[in-house]
Amino acid sequence: MSLIIDVRKQLREHVLEVALEVPAGVTVVVGPSGAGKTTLLRLVAGLLRPDAGEIVLDGRTLTGPTTFVAPHLRNVGMVFQEYALFPHLSVAANVAFGLRARRISAPERTLRVASVLERLEIDQLARERTGELSGGQRQRVALARALVIEPETLLLDEPLSALDPQTRGRVRSELQAILRDVSVPTLFVTHDEADRAAFPGRVAVFEDGRVSGTVRT
Amino acid sequence: MIRAAVALAAALLAGFIAFPIAGLIFHQSPAAFVVALQAPSAQAALRLSLLTTLCSLALTVGLGTPLAYILARRVFPGRALVDALVDLPIVVPPAVAGLALLLAFGRAGTLGPALHALGINLSFTTAAVVLAQTFVASPFFVRAARSGFATVDQTLEAASATLGMGPLRTFALVTIPLAAPALTGGIVLCWARALGEFGATIMFAGNLSGVSQTLPLAVYLDLEGGDVAGATALSVVLIAVSLAVVAGIRSVERR
Repeated sequence: MSLIIDVRKQLREHVLEVALEVPAGVTVVVGPSGAGKTTLLRLVAGLLRPDAGEIVLDGRTLTGPTTFVAPHLRNVGMVFQEYALFPHLSVAANVAFGLRARRISAPERTLRVASVLERLEIDQLARERTGELSGGQRQRVALARALVIEPETLLLDEPLSALDPQTRGRVRSELQAILRDVSVPTLFVTHDEADRAAFPGRVAVFEDGRVSGTVRT
Repeated sequence: MIRAAVALAAALLAGFIAFPIAGLIFHQSPAAFVVALQAPSAQAALRLSLLTTLCSLALTVGLGTPLAYILARRVFPGRALVDALVDLPIVVPPAVAGLALLLAFGRAGTLGPALHALGINLSFTTAAVVLAQTFVASPFFVRAARSGFATVDQTLEAASATLGMGPLRTFALVTIPLAAPALTGGIVLCWARALGEFGATIMFAGNLSGVSQTLPLAVYLDLEGGDVAGATALSVVLIAVSLAVVAGIRSVERR
């Protein structure tokens, strides 16, 4: 399993150039704000089109010179920076959303949602509205929502930056434990050096809008 | 001294609005009110108003929702112009709107001969009532829907897409529910405005009982014909609806 990103995209102030091969497991991409970290993830998710280049996931071209797979057909799990939980739905309905999209039957949906909520230890929150959750809880719901669809790649956009400093350390180590079991190519973008230290191994760093690295295990 | 003057001014205006409305409501006994409402012409006007306002509301929501969405989300040449045009009927005098509709779609109007060739005659029909109501009332829905869509966080729609929902399902399951309070407010205002429509209707659709004589037109005709009881009873119905609309919108706004 691998995710190959080889794209160029003109941003407001500079050209984002990415040449990355992301194997299974977590790759941390570090860069300052404005470097294009969110843009990189949005390109992979299909929420943006690059000016040139291609994105290939497990041999399937998602974005290329003549191909563009729409975001809802990509099977990408994305955790947004502010989590983007649906405020009009309960925690369980948020997590079930991607399964509804795949027209999975209600009984199976219930089972899979229950299982992922339990795995992330938020099963007691199932009926809550998302507005009433703490930052750490919101992050877990977002993660559960992305994981339950069994994505072929996982994209995490600064998943710890919305938390206050006291909870960040605790949530970081919980995230480490959860991501240890994730077997798909996972991009974890961050501006925080502490995140980089917490997920040792594969790291790619933005330099002048350029990220490159053929990171292999 | 100043405080008393301010209070007096406020009381005068509030009283000026309350007094005629109260007078109308208490003009006749409840029994006379019921009798007046049972008159065949009153019944016909009630039925026609209900039917035409529901039709114009459906037309407005069906066509106005895509328009409001485009105005809220897309940038295109002439957008400011379309935006202003959509609001125009709010400030155009209804009689002028009726004349414009007559000149455009009436028998002798611009599209009249073409419509006639197709076997369609719009002016002085029930369809004309619906068009007149849609013309004057649709801006109330489109304005509300446009600002409702503009406030929906687009990251949530992006999240829906990454979770596998196509654009239409995302619209139905994320955008609409999140814009629902604004949409509901717009629907209520639009319906109330259509229900009260008078000027454009009488110009473009006439005042024919059972065909184009809606509640406000029936009030006018009853009064012209000396049937004060009938005019008052129908007016009370319209006022009750207006009060319910205002109260409903206030309660939505408070939430």
